[in-house]
Formats: sequence, structure tokens, C-alpha cells
Amino acid sequence: MNQPVKRRKMSAGRILVYVFLSLAALFSVFPFYWMFVMATRPSSAYNSIPPTITPGSLLVDNFKKVLNQIDFFHALWNSFVICAIVTLVVLFVSSLAGFAFAKFQFRGKKILFTAILLTMIIPPQLGLIPQYFLISKAGLLDTLPGVMILFFLNPLGIFLMRQYISESVPDELVEAAKLDGCSNFRIYRNIVLPIILPAFATLGIIVFSAAWGEFLWQFTVLRDPENYTIQVALAQLSNTRNVDFGMIMSGVFWATLPLLVIFLLFNKLFISSITEGSVK
Amino acid sequence: MTMEPVKANTVKVRKGRYRSEAKKDMISGYLYIAPFFIIFAIIGLYPILFSIYLGFQKWNGLSPMTFVGLANFKVVLTDPLFWKSVYNTIVMGILGTAPQLVFGIAFAYLLNMAFLKFKNFFRVTIFMPYITSMVAVALIFSVLFSDHESSLANYVLSLAGLDPVNWGSSEWGTKIAISIMVFWRWVGYNTIIYLAGIQSIPNDLYEAATIDGANKFQQLRYITMPMLKPFIVLTVFTSTVGALQLFSEPTVFLGNSAFTRDEAMTIVMYLYRDAFKLQSFGTASATAIILLVLISAFAAVNTFLTAGTGRKKRRGHE
Repeated sequence: MNQPVKRRKMSAGRILVYVFLSLAALFSVFPFYWMFVMATRPSSAYNSIPPTITPGSLLVDNFKKVLNQIDFFHALWNSFVICAIVTLVVLFVSSLAGFAFAKFQFRGKKILFTAILLTMIIPPQLGLIPQYFLISKAGLLDTLPGVMILFFLNPLGIFLMRQYISESVPDELVEAAKLDGCSNFRIYRNIVLPIILPAFATLGIIVFSAAWGEFLWQFTVLRDPENYTIQVALAQLSNTRNVDFGMIMSGVFWATLPLLVIFLLFNKLFISSITEGSVK
Repeated sequence: MTMEPVKANTVKVRKGRYRSEAKKDMISGYLYIAPFFIIFAIIGLYPILFSIYLGFQKWNGLSPMTFVGLANFKVVLTDPLFWKSVYNTIVMGILGTAPQLVFGIAFAYLLNMAFLKFKNFFRVTIFMPYITSMVAVALIFSVLFSDHESSLANYVLSLAGLDPVNWGSSEWGTKIAISIMVFWRWVGYNTIIYLAGIQSIPNDLYEAATIDGANKFQQLRYITMPMLKPFIVLTVFTSTVGALQLFSEPTVFLGNSAFTRDEAMTIVMYLYRDAFKLQSFGTASATAIILLVLISAFAAVNTFLTAGTGRKKRRGHE
């Protein structure tokens, strides 16, 4: 914001702003730090008063207990497979439809696009029960494709892609390609796709992380520990008879660490995906 | 004069070419949106219609359905546990999301100050909780806020001379812990949206206001807030819809007692319990329909109220 001409070195107001924001940062980071502390301590550390707030030495031992409880790496792999396939499918379906909505004239275009926007308002729980029986009729209950199929439906993707394509793919370019005898699908593949790659990064992050963190559907469809995703597997950690806090926090820590690293490396991309996903 | 027929001819040819081109485009258009609508028909539209149909049937998932009219709705609407879940959802919704509005705007406003150093550090740390999954957040908080006297939350209370709280099993303890968790995970998300909103306000508005002698507080009240309105309306809408769909946080936070205790049972948990614990799919579908009505009503009212307040204020001051 514009600053008045007067420049005092450090006014009380400014110090207050720094203090306030530092407290907010501390509030945001502390649970992460504390998760790490608990992941390195024996469960008994939990009973000490005042609470321990320095890391211990059981980082590996606690994780071994996690591995006895759940198939951690297999669950991580299952989640990755689901999210990767879902992201590819959604990117393809959305960009193709977004291209059509942005560049072609066809009857009912407006109504169909409005219908897509309306579907964004419907709560996902409304269809949960029939979806469950649909998946079970198709023999996909307790399978990874059974989880994926629901995430293929993504109206936000079409909305973002239409927006991006109509802004960044010039009509003249499409027209010129047509005059050269390009088929519409070639225009999509050779002209539109290269231009919208940045939008793919944004939408990809949104879709991948939404599927990664989703719980209700995965929890409903998956029964066999063999097929657990990381979210469902983690949720099992607190369902043991003797709750072991060190073990639980170790599982959460190792599942969160890769996300944290990726986020800190690409934080600008993550943050811009939020504003582009919702502000437009 | 001799040119005329030729001209007319080319126009005709062009028109014809244009027409076939338009037809081709139309076919491509339908073809390219088809994958989405096929997916939508199978896993979106059909389940929704079937859900509405199921709401009027009695069904345990195995034996044939029987039509029961409005009986399912009567069962749900006269069930005290349903109303408890509505109450819980609304209380946690307000406690978890309303403070986000205030703190989100404050954080965004401060993060946009020109003199501020380490901007990106503050922005990244405040946003960080959002990238953790709901299950991870719920597990971390179930340990932070456990019933133990030595849990960190209870220790902090003891420093203030207060008695320990049963965060996992008391009426208000569970709600407050879950609300703090929701606040913690989402406040950064809203801050980012408000920050984008504040940054989209043209600078000359502030310059003009400064020339007119408006102080910082007046600028905040008469420029920033009104210009931020569309963003506030957006977040109020998404927060309202999200709050009414609360499921993962309480379910994982409560662990084994999620579906047996009622202190933090939400509407979606009530629905889930009916369907997948009690095999009563008719009443669960009725609950889903009631939930849709509630979400539409609350979203409409809240959006209308936020969209309305500023306008009245501004008019009052003109």
C-alpha cells in the first residue's frame, strides 16, 4: 500500500504488526513442530508435566511401530496411483471441454455451461449412497478404480480451463489453423495444449491435492488393508487398543513430510493455485 | 457492373464453406464436452436422482425396497439425535469459520503493508496448515487436545489456573477442539484469498483518499472493506457450505467413539451412521435431501446477508 512521505525508523505500530504476525506464524507452525517432537519421543513422554517440547531420539523406532501397524509405503503408493490417474483424466476431460466452451459455437452451450456451474453447489454427500451401490454393482468396491472414478467428476476444472483458454488462446490463431486445414483435434493438441500448460500446473495441484486429502469416499469404499490409501491407513492408527501417541505422530509426520517439502519448494505455485481456483 | 455477379458468387461460396465449418465446430463442440457429461450422468446425476428416490423407500441394501412415502423424513425429523447433529454442526460451523473471517482479513491487511519485511515467510507459514490432509490435522489435534491431564491443551489451561477439560468426550470440549482445528487449517486459505482481493484494489483510490485527508482507519473502512466485499461473499459462501459438510475432522478426532457418542456428531456423520453402520439407507437418503435443503438455505441467507450489509452501510454514509 502507498506509504506516507514521513519515514520513521520503527514506530510502535510497526513493531506491533511484526509481533502479531509472528504470533500467527508461531500458531501455524507449532502443531507441525510438536508433531515432530512427539514422533521422536516414547509414548510415556506424553505423561510428563510440564510437557516435553524438545525432540528425542526415537524417530526411527516409532516409525518401525507404524510399519507394524499399517502397510505405510503401500498405502502411500496407492494414494499416489489414484491421484496421478485422476489428475491426468481430469486435465484431459476439462481442457477438452473447456476448449469447446471457449472456442466453438453450438446450440445449448450457455445452458450446458450453467448446468456445470450448478453441479458445483451440490454437496457430494447427496449422491454418496447410490454411488456406493453403483461401485459395488460394478464390482469395484474395495478397489482403487472404485475410489478414482468419483474424482473424475470435476466441474471446477472445466470452469478454469474455459476461462484460461478464452483469455490466452487467440481466436485468430484458431481461425488460421482452420484455414490451413487443421482438424479441430489437431488444433487442441498442437496449439491449445502447449499454451495452457501453466494452467495445467494450477489445476493439477488443485485436483491432486484434493484427491490426496479426501477422506469420506475413500473411507467408505476401502475395506481391505491391502487397498488402503494413506488417509485411511493413518486413520487406523488411533483405532488401536492401547493408543500410542508417539507411533501415531510418527505416522502423521512421515506422511506429511513429503508434502511439506514439496510445498516449501513450490510455495508460489501452490498459493497461486488457490487464488486462481477461487477468485476467478 | 460486370464485377457484381462474381462478387455475389464468392460470397455464396464463403457462406457455404462457413456453414459446413460451423457444422463441424458444432459436432466437435458436442464431442469434446461429451466425456464430462457422460461421467456426470453416471456418477453425478444418476446418484442424485436415485438418492431422492431412495428417500421415499425403506431399504436395508439387500431385500427389495418398499415405498414408505414421507415416513423416512418423519423418522429423521423426529429423531433427537438428528437435531443434536444439526445443533453440533451449526455451533462448530460458527466457532470454526466466523473467526476466520476476522483474522483472515486482519492477516491479509497486515501482509499487504508496504514496510513489511519477510512477507513471503509470513505468507507461507500462515498458509502451511492448509496443505496437510484433514486426517493428519485431526490426528495431530487429537493428541494436542486429549483427555489426559498432561495433554498440551490441558497443561496450558493449568498454567492459567483452570481445570483440565475432557476434549474428547465433553459437550463443549469436543466442539471447541474441533473448531480450533478447523480454524487452524483454513484461516491461511482465506487469508490468501483476501490478500489477492486487497492487491486487486487500484492504488489511486488510496492516493486520492490520502489527498482528501483520510487516515489509515478510514481508508480501511471506506475503501478496503467495500472493495473486498466480493471476496468476502465468496469465502462466506464456501465456508458455509463446507461447515455444513463437516465429517472427516470429527470422525478422525474422536476415533473409536466417533459414531457412538453425540457431543460432536455432525449431520454428515449422522447420515453416514444411518447408512453404513445401521444399514438404513432410506432414512440416510432422506437426511441427504434435508442436508441439501439446509445447505441451500444457509448458503443463500449468509451470502445475502454479507452481500447486503456493506451496501446499507455505504448508503447510510452517503
